Amino acid sequence: MFGFILRRLAVAIPTLLLLIVISFVLMHSAPGGPFTQERALPPQVLANLDAKYGLDQPLAVQMWTYIVGILTRFDFGPSFVYPDLSVNDIIAQGFPVTLTYGAIGFSLSVLFGVILGIIAAIRHNSWVDTLAVGVSIGAQVLPNFVIAPILVLVFTLWLRWLPGGGWGGWPYWVMPIIALTLSHMASIARLTRSSMLEVLGSNHIRTARAKGLSESAVILRHALKPAMLPVISYLGPLFVTMITGSVVVDMYFSTGGIGRSFVDSALSRDYAVMMGITILVGALTIFFNLLVDVLYAWIDPKIRY
Amino acid sequence: MTMIDREAIERLGDNMAAQEVAGRSPWADARRRFLRNKAAVAGLIVLMLVLAFGLFGQHLAAWNNEDLDFNVMGMVAEKGQPSIESGHYFGTDELGRDLFARTVQGTRVSLLVGIVGAAIAVVVGTLYGAISGFAGGRTDQIMMRAVDILMSIPYMFVLILLLVMFGRSMWLLFLGIGLISWLDMARIVRGQTLTLKNREYIEAARATGVPGWRIILRHIVPNLLGVVAVYATLLIPLMILTESFMSFLGLGVQEPLTSWGALISEGAKTMNYGTLWQLAFPLFFFVITLFAFFFVGDGLRDALDPKDR
Repeated sequence: MFGFILRRLAVAIPTLLLLIVISFVLMHSAPGGPFTQERALPPQVLANLDAKYGLDQPLAVQMWTYIVGILTRFDFGPSFVYPDLSVNDIIAQGFPVTLTYGAIGFSLSVLFGVILGIIAAIRHNSWVDTLAVGVSIGAQVLPNFVIAPILVLVFTLWLRWLPGGGWGGWPYWVMPIIALTLSHMASIARLTRSSMLEVLGSNHIRTARAKGLSESAVILRHALKPAMLPVISYLGPLFVTMITGSVVVDMYFSTGGIGRSFVDSALSRDYAVMMGITILVGALTIFFNLLVDVLYAWIDPKIRY
Repeated sequence: MTMIDREAIERLGDNMAAQEVAGRSPWADARRRFLRNKAAVAGLIVLMLVLAFGLFGQHLAAWNNEDLDFNVMGMVAEKGQPSIESGHYFGTDELGRDLFARTVQGTRVSLLVGIVGAAIAVVVGTLYGAISGFAGGRTDQIMMRAVDILMSIPYMFVLILLLVMFGRSMWLLFLGIGLISWLDMARIVRGQTLTLKNREYIEAARATGVPGWRIILRHIVPNLLGVVAVYATLLIPLMILTESFMSFLGLGVQEPLTSWGALISEGAKTMNYGTLWQLAFPLFFFVITLFAFFFVGDGLRDALDPKDR
C-alpha cells in the first residue's frame, strides 16, 4: 500500500509542475499584457511597471523565479491589478467561502445521492424508481445557472424567505448549496442505482439471500461496498466540479468565493491571480484524485498495488 | 464531464467484441432492440423535430433574427409577449428582437457546437486510443501516462483562460470544447483495442504484411464503431452544456450569433421583469434536446449490449 501511494505521488508531482508550466506559457504567450490599456501608457512608465513586476526578464527566468517562489515560500507573487494585495491575500479571502459551500454541497450530494440511488435500486421498477430516475435526469439537464435564478425568484422574490445574495450566516448558504448540489446529487443517484442493480443481480447476493439473511443485512453488509466503487471513482471529478461551479454561484449570489476572483482576474488580465487560482485548483484536483485512488484500492480487493 | 458511466461502456465493448460469431447480423438485432425501447425511439423523434426546427425554422418566422421591432422596444414586458398577431410566436427579447428567429439560430449553433465538439473528441480519442493499444509496450505506457496527467488539469479553467487570452472566437470554442473531452474516449478505445488486437483476422492481416496504420484504420477502428457511436451520443449533450456554461460567463458564442446557453442566460437575467417567456422557450428546447440525447444514448447502449439489462 505504501509503495502504491509513493508511486502515485511520483506521478502527481510532475503533473503539478506541468500544470504550472502550461498555465505560465499560456498566460505569457497571450497578446497584450496586464498593463495594456485603451489609453496607452507612456513607454517609460510601461517599462518601469514591467521592471517592477519582473516582466522584462526572459521567460525562462520569470518562470524559474515563479516556481521557486511557490515551492520555497508558498508565494504566488503580487496581484497585477490591486497594488496592495498579493495573490495569497486574494485566495485567502475567497477560498474559505468556496470551501465552506463546496464541502457542505459535496457531503450532501454524496449522502442524498447514495440514499436515493439505493432506494431506487431496491424498489426497482416501482414508482419510487421511476420518480428517482425522472428527477435525476431532470436535475442533470438543468444547468446550475438556470437553477440559481429560479431559486432566487421563488425564495427571495416570491416567498421572501432567504436573502438573494451575500455571505453571512446559514440563510445565505442554502441557495448556493442547492444550486451547486442538485445535478451532482442526481448523477450520484443514477450511478448508485445502476451499480446497485448490477450488484444485486450477482451470485454472492443470491447466496446471501439463500442463507436466509434479512434484506437489510444483504444490502448493507454485502451489496453496499461493491456497489460504491463507481461512486467513489466519481468523487474526484465531483470535487473539481464543485470548485468550478463556484464560478456560477459566486456570480449569482455574490458569495465572494474564488470563482468570482477567477473570472474578474481573467477579464482584467491579472495573470498572477489567474495562475494562482488555476494552480490551486489543479493541486486540489491532483490531491483528490490521489485520495480517491487510495480509497478505491483499499475497498476493492481486486486491485493489486 | 463524468455523467457517462465508463464501466458500462467498456463492458458493452467487450460484449460486442465477443458477439461477432452470431448467425444473424448483430446490427439487425440491435436495431430491433432499439426500436422496442419506447423512450429511445421517442428521443430519436424529438431529436429529428429539433433538427428540423433548426434547419427550416427560419422559413416559418415572420421576423428576421436581427431586426428590432420598434413597436415593442422599451415596453417588452407589456407588448413583447408571445402572440400570433404580432408575428412574435415566442415573444421578443429585451431589445425587441424576435425570439422565435433567435431560438432557431440558437438551435443551429448549439447543435453545431455539440456535434463538432463531439466529433473532435471522437476522432482524436479513437485514433489516440487505437494507436496506444495497438502499439502496446512502452509506447502504450507513455501515451496512457500522458492521458493520466492531462486528466488532472482543471479544464474548465483552462478553457476560460484560452477564451479570454485569445479572443472569443467560435472556432476556438469548438476546438477547446472538443479537446477537453477526448481523454475518456481514448481510454475506452484503448481497452477495446487491447481485446481486439489478438484476434485471428488481425494476425492474418499482419502476416500478409499490412502496415500497422492500415490495420488500425481498416480493421480495428471499424470494429470499435458501436462503442464510439454510443459514447458520441452521450458526449453531444455534455458539449452543449459546456458551451452554455461558457455563454453564461459571456465567453461563448458572441453577438449577433447566439446559442441556447446565451439565450437562457439572457432570459434568466430578465426574469424578474415579468418576461418569463424569454427564459421558457430556449430552456424548453435545451431541456428536451438533452433529455432526448440521453435517452437515445442509453437506448443505443442497451440495444448494442444484450447482456447488460
